[in-house]
Amino acid sequence: MDGLQRGSAAIVGVAESDLGAVANEMSPIDLMAQGIHRALADCGLGLRDVDGLLCATAQSRTSGLGLAEYLGISPAYVDTTILGGSSFMFHVAHAQAALQLGLCKVAVIAYGSTQRTIGRRQASVREYNPYETPFRPFLPSTAYALAASRHMHQFGTTREQLAAVAVAARDWALLNPVAWEKKPLTISEVLSARMISYPFTVRDCCLVTDGGGAVIMTTPQRARSLKKPPIFVLGCGQAITHANISSMPDLTVTGALPSGRAAYAMAGLGPTDIDVVELYDAFTINTILFLEDLGFCPKGEGGRFVAHGRIAPKGNLPVNTNGGGLSYCHPGMYGLFLLIEATRQLRHECGARQVADCETAIAHGNGGVLSSQSTVILGTQATF
Amino acid sequence: MERIAESPLAVYQAHLEKGELAYQWSPEAQKAVFYPRVICPFTGSDRLEWRVSAGRGTVYATTVVHPARGGAPYNVALIDCDEGFRLMSRVEDLAPEAVRIGLRVKLRVHRPGGEDPAYPVFVPLDSA
Repeated sequence: MDGLQRGSAAIVGVAESDLGAVANEMSPIDLMAQGIHRALADCGLGLRDVDGLLCATAQSRTSGLGLAEYLGISPAYVDTTILGGSSFMFHVAHAQAALQLGLCKVAVIAYGSTQRTIGRRQASVREYNPYETPFRPFLPSTAYALAASRHMHQFGTTREQLAAVAVAARDWALLNPVAWEKKPLTISEVLSARMISYPFTVRDCCLVTDGGGAVIMTTPQRARSLKKPPIFVLGCGQAITHANISSMPDLTVTGALPSGRAAYAMAGLGPTDIDVVELYDAFTINTILFLEDLGFCPKGEGGRFVAHGRIAPKGNLPVNTNGGGLSYCHPGMYGLFLLIEATRQLRHECGARQVADCETAIAHGNGGVLSSQSTVILGTQATF
Repeated sequence: MERIAESPLAVYQAHLEKGELAYQWSPEAQKAVFYPRVICPFTGSDRLEWRVSAGRGTVYATTVVHPARGGAPYNVALIDCDEGFRLMSRVEDLAPEAVRIGLRVKLRVHRPGGEDPAYPVFVPLDSA
C-alpha cells in the first residue's frame, strides 16, 4: 500500500484467549481482555503501555468503547473497522500507519466471540436483503457454494479435491494441542457427511466455536527491546469487490488477487519467497481460490494443486498450519488467528507443527462472502 | 436538489406486482445496473433509466440448500439476464440438483401471498 513502508511496524506479542467452548456468561470483551493480557505477557509490555486500540466483534456495534472502558484506558488511536473476518488484516495496516505517523506507540488488535455458546444466529444477525433473502440462501455457506459451483464448472474442480483441503487442515490440527478437532478425517468421510449447500458437506465448512485473541504491534525500535524476536510487517494489501454474492463480478476470481499483488509489491517479495501460508479457510473452496489468486498456482489449477497432500503436514507447501478455520477454531471472524499462527511459525514456537527454517509468512484474510480481502506479509529480522 | 419521491426498491417492487422484472440502465456507462439504486456504480451519475427485462437468462452459478432442520432441499442460483445484469433467484419446475450452469431460463414472478412481496424466479426456457 502506497504510504506504508516495508518493516515500519512489528508484531511483538500474540495470544489466543480461551477457545472452543468457553465458560458460560463470558462476553466477547472478556475474551478480548484475556487475549490482551496474555499477548502483553508474551512481549513483556503492560496495559499502561497501550495507546492504540483496534478491535472488532460481530456481537457489539461499538466494541471500541466497551473494550476501552473495560481496560480502563483512553487510547490516543482507536479503529473499529469491521469488514468481516478479514478485519484484523485491515487493522494491521491501520496500526502500521498509526505507528509510522506517531499517532500511537503500542497498538493492540483484539477479537472475541461467544457464537458457539450463544448460537450463531444470535451472534451474527443477518441483514435483510430484498434482492437475496426471499431465496433463502443459507449464508454464508450458500454464497461460497455458488463460487464452488463456478470453479467446478469452469476448471473441472472436483468434490474430492475440495475434500482434500479439509483433510489437510485436519492433519495439521492433529499437531496443534489447542485445535478443536482431535480425530483423523478421510476424503470419503468429508464426502459422506451431512450436505449443507451443494457441493459442501458440513466438513467443507468452518467450525462454529467461541474464541478470541490479541496481537500487539509497535515500532521496530521499541520491538527490538522486548522479550521475543520482532516479526516485521513487510507488506499489506486490501481489496473490496462486493458485499453480496450476487454482486461479485466473477465468482472464480477474488479480491485476493489485487490485495496480494499490493502486499507483494510493498514487501518486494513474490509467492516463491513465502515459507508459510495462512489462508482464511471458511470453506474448502477458499483455500483453492486464495492459492490461485495469491500466485501459488495458476488460476483454475487450485483443485489439482491441493490433491494428494501437497498442503498437508508432509507436503511441500505448508498451508494453514494451525488446522485452520476448518479444524482448529472458527469463532466467526477468524482473521486474527492467521496473524497469531504466522507470527508463532516465524518465531519457531510451533512444536510438532513447526515449519523448518521459515523466515517469511503470508496471512490472508477473507470477509463477508469473498467480499473483503486483506493480505499481510510478515518476516523475521533476517528478511528486514 | 430534487427530493426522491419513490425509493428504487419501491419502483422495482411495483414492476414485480405487474409481473415485470425491472432493472436500471445507465446511459453514460451504457450498462445495465442491478440491484436498483440512486446513483450509477459505474459513473457516479444519478441519471439512471428504468427498463423492463425480457425475462430471459442463463444460469451462472447454482447450489442446492439442505435445510438443517429438515424440509425439502431447494435451489438457489445466480441468473445472468440477457440485458447484462445478474441476480439471485431459483429455478423452478426442475429438481434442484438438476439445475445446471448454462441452462437457459425464463422469468416467472412468484407471489408468496399475504404481506410478502412478489419476487422473480425462473423456469427452464424450453418448458411448456
